[in-house]
Amino acid sequence: MTKQLITRPVDLPPEAANTDKTLFGFWVYIMTDCVLFASLFATYAVLHNNTFGGPGGRQLFSLPYVLRETLILLTSSFTCGLAVLSARLQHKNKVLFWFGITFILGLAFLAMELTEFRHLVQEGNSWRRSGFLSSFFALVGTHGLHITAGLLWMAVLMAKIVSSGLTRANVRRLTLLSLFWHFLDLIWIFIFTMVYLLGALGV
Amino acid sequence: MSKTSQSTIVRQTGEGTIKSYVTGFVLSIVLTLVAYTLVVHDALSRHLLVALVVGLALVQFVVQLLFFLHLGRETKPRWKLFVLLFMLLVVLILVFGSLWIMNNLNYRMTPAQINTYMNNQGGGF
Repeated sequence: MTKQLITRPVDLPPEAANTDKTLFGFWVYIMTDCVLFASLFATYAVLHNNTFGGPGGRQLFSLPYVLRETLILLTSSFTCGLAVLSARLQHKNKVLFWFGITFILGLAFLAMELTEFRHLVQEGNSWRRSGFLSSFFALVGTHGLHITAGLLWMAVLMAKIVSSGLTRANVRRLTLLSLFWHFLDLIWIFIFTMVYLLGALGV
Repeated sequence: MSKTSQSTIVRQTGEGTIKSYVTGFVLSIVLTLVAYTLVVHDALSRHLLVALVVGLALVQFVVQLLFFLHLGRETKPRWKLFVLLFMLLVVLILVFGSLWIMNNLNYRMTPAQINTYMNNQGGGF
């Protein structure tokens, strides 16, 4: 009897069933966002040798710099997970602490990405230089835009948690945000590998 | 807190544990550093190196799906997994289809032909 209560979704309280639907809906959104990134990856893969006489990835990218970016984003994904665990135990201050760390790491990542972009543009290697650079800026820039959106969302959510605490609705939002943040880390693995590592190999 | 609301929160937050997050984090760092070291030292043949680096990225993709997004802990019916597999199918068709068509076009057309074609379409250099 008890077992049936747990396993049959019909018997769940209505809020829990709604939360399941929301989580699934958000998961479907994330999967479609993966398709968006796949089209940008495909564009990059087609155009990455079309440098129009300009520099290629091998001359432009600094691997140690990008490795630092990668490790920062990876750590922020981890601290975001710790925030979710603290939310489950209803530790409000810990949630705010781990989200604070995640926010700072995310901001550091974004700042590094923008610094890289600024250097490229200053040296005359903007998106107008070649097909390779157009597709590079489109791909990495779209990821940066997602990071920016995630940071805004995080700031708003932290304010909400400060004002109204870890309510059911806030915990649901926090879970969705953590899914989004882990997904951005997942996309970055492929940018790091396909654009930077393979770019350094001159493939 | 009552037992029901605790289990609701566990359902909401996706059943991750501190162990799963630490495992995922450590594995991801190791995989990233191995791929980085392989590329920086550049000691292997080109084909092997590319295969290894792409392979490591795919392993890390699976690691993060399991330990950060908790895909393995989903109960039947596994709708999330089905949507993920459909996404992968679309992505494969999109990426390999684009590469196939564009490389084929590259192979079959000379630069002069491409220029003429582009001019006819109102573009070109």
